[in-house]
Amino acid sequence: MREYLRKYVALRRHNMRVAVKKAKKSKMCYVFLAPYAILFTLFYILPVIASIFFSFTYYNILESPRFIGLQNYISLILEDDIFLTGVKNTFLIAVITGPLGYIASFLFAWLINELPRWIRSVAVVVFYAPSIAGNVYLIFSIIFRGDAYGYANAFLMDVGIIDTPILWLTDPDYMLPICMLVILWMSLGTGFLSFVAGLQGVDRSQYEAGCMDGVKNRWQELWYITLPNMKPMLMFGAVMSITQAFGVCDVTMALCGYPSTDYAARTVVTHLFDYGYSRFEMGYASAIATLLFLIMILCNKAIQSMLNRVGT
Amino acid sequence: MSKKKEDKVVVHKFRKLRRRQPNRSRTGDFFVYLFLLLVAVAMVFPLVFAINSALKPLDELFMFPPKVFAQNPTLDNFADLFVTMGKSWVTFPRYVFNTVFITVVGTAGHLIIASMGAFVLAKYDFPGGKTFFKLVTVALMFSGYVTAIPNYLIINALGWIDTYWAIIIPAFAAPIGLFLMKQFMEGLPTSLIEAAKIDGANEWKVFMGIVMPNVKPAWLTLIIFSVQSLWNNKAATFIYSEEKKTLVYALQQIQSGGIARTGQAAAVTVIVMIVPIAIFILSESQILETMASSGLKD
Repeated sequence: MREYLRKYVALRRHNMRVAVKKAKKSKMCYVFLAPYAILFTLFYILPVIASIFFSFTYYNILESPRFIGLQNYISLILEDDIFLTGVKNTFLIAVITGPLGYIASFLFAWLINELPRWIRSVAVVVFYAPSIAGNVYLIFSIIFRGDAYGYANAFLMDVGIIDTPILWLTDPDYMLPICMLVILWMSLGTGFLSFVAGLQGVDRSQYEAGCMDGVKNRWQELWYITLPNMKPMLMFGAVMSITQAFGVCDVTMALCGYPSTDYAARTVVTHLFDYGYSRFEMGYASAIATLLFLIMILCNKAIQSMLNRVGT
Repeated sequence: MSKKKEDKVVVHKFRKLRRRQPNRSRTGDFFVYLFLLLVAVAMVFPLVFAINSALKPLDELFMFPPKVFAQNPTLDNFADLFVTMGKSWVTFPRYVFNTVFITVVGTAGHLIIASMGAFVLAKYDFPGGKTFFKLVTVALMFSGYVTAIPNYLIINALGWIDTYWAIIIPAFAAPIGLFLMKQFMEGLPTSLIEAAKIDGANEWKVFMGIVMPNVKPAWLTLIIFSVQSLWNNKAATFIYSEEKKTLVYALQQIQSGGIARTGQAAAVTVIVMIVPIAIFILSESQILETMASSGLKD
């Protein structure tokens, strides 16, 4: 055992020496990377560490932070009913819109791939536009307005399905489904672009070879040839859509109000804003942020290991 | 006469010879296109609706039953919007200047800093490089909301609250830019760089003279993504002086001005949405070329 340990330490020391030598040789690289590395550390790594640190304290900006152990987490999970509503809503939105948006991104990218060049360009703009169109989703608050002037109500009353207007955005029964609809409408984003570009890069001859080897229809071709070729893009798209799905707040805040009726459209991020910017309980808000961070990272890792099995 | 006939035969032959994709049936194609058309119409509808609302005169905005298409389209709403902007005590050109300044400086800095980092990460093997890039990909996995509060504290500690730098400097470090640039640069042949080195060029010369001119599509993509996020950045948490606020913030203030400004609000929506979409249309092919190398390997 001691012999083993000594060898291990010697190996580590040797590796370190090699690394230092290499580092001395490649000073230029560090100079090039330094500006980005410093800013990245300052605005991405440090905040995450700070947020984990503050989550164990009581901190309201005016007084200096006071260490209170796990108290924030305990109150979050055991006492804060509104947070649990937020978690439930976030998960509901993420579980429904995340996978659906992801599949839709791939499906449409795949379907438009075989269109003639100029139609494909137009189609990419049409599908991608909603996700970059600023706050155009506000238009849905006119479509789903609660009185008879709202387009959805007017249409349904005209057809005769309902006879009194539905309060789409203030009735807890309808709030979440409508938010999900809007989020789905906006979900063909960066991942979609990555898929479109990736599909163009799949080697044509593989399809012909597959045809010779007995691939019968477009679905088999998709599973055995296209998907395995697209694995890196699928990973990238998954990262993009998970991050988006758990960060939902703009749409729910804009459509259902902040706070919304009965907190029925509260999400984790809205709760974070509430405690961070309205009540200045930074410690508590940091605990929420840390939990959100953990959820996002774990979900990403899980999905990545799942995607590794595609097409095998 | 005979020549014409010959031509026809040739064309006919060509039509038969035109290769179809393997594994496709005509009925399948038909239903796929029908489905795509329906979805495309559904996707475009809210955008068309937004544009139509901006073109409606006031009486049509409150018509019952409501109609989707404007009956007598006018540009009155846009004219009214300019009148309102002209009356605000911070002048309209000032808001435009704020947005343009933030967007141009933020994008330029991001492009330079991220490309420099991406260049060494893609083309050199040095201790810590791989670990750093892994950290960047992890940063892609959580959204900015997680770091919003500590970010505020850090910017406050640096004394940048209520200056443009509060928005510009963090934008320099956007991880998506470095990620895309690095993946794209990996596609460059290493021999190109080695040849330049043998000719006596140092790293800086290689970077400026060889690498950067060869990754123009990636530049454009970085610029587009950066412009999009900075254009939509309302900066409300960091900047409180009215004369430093951005155009989008000012427009959205007008938008939330209640029922009397419904027409102007619709005009604002159109202006805010048209800029990023127009930029995307102009640079679509370059963006797609960059995204082809966006894959995430583990």
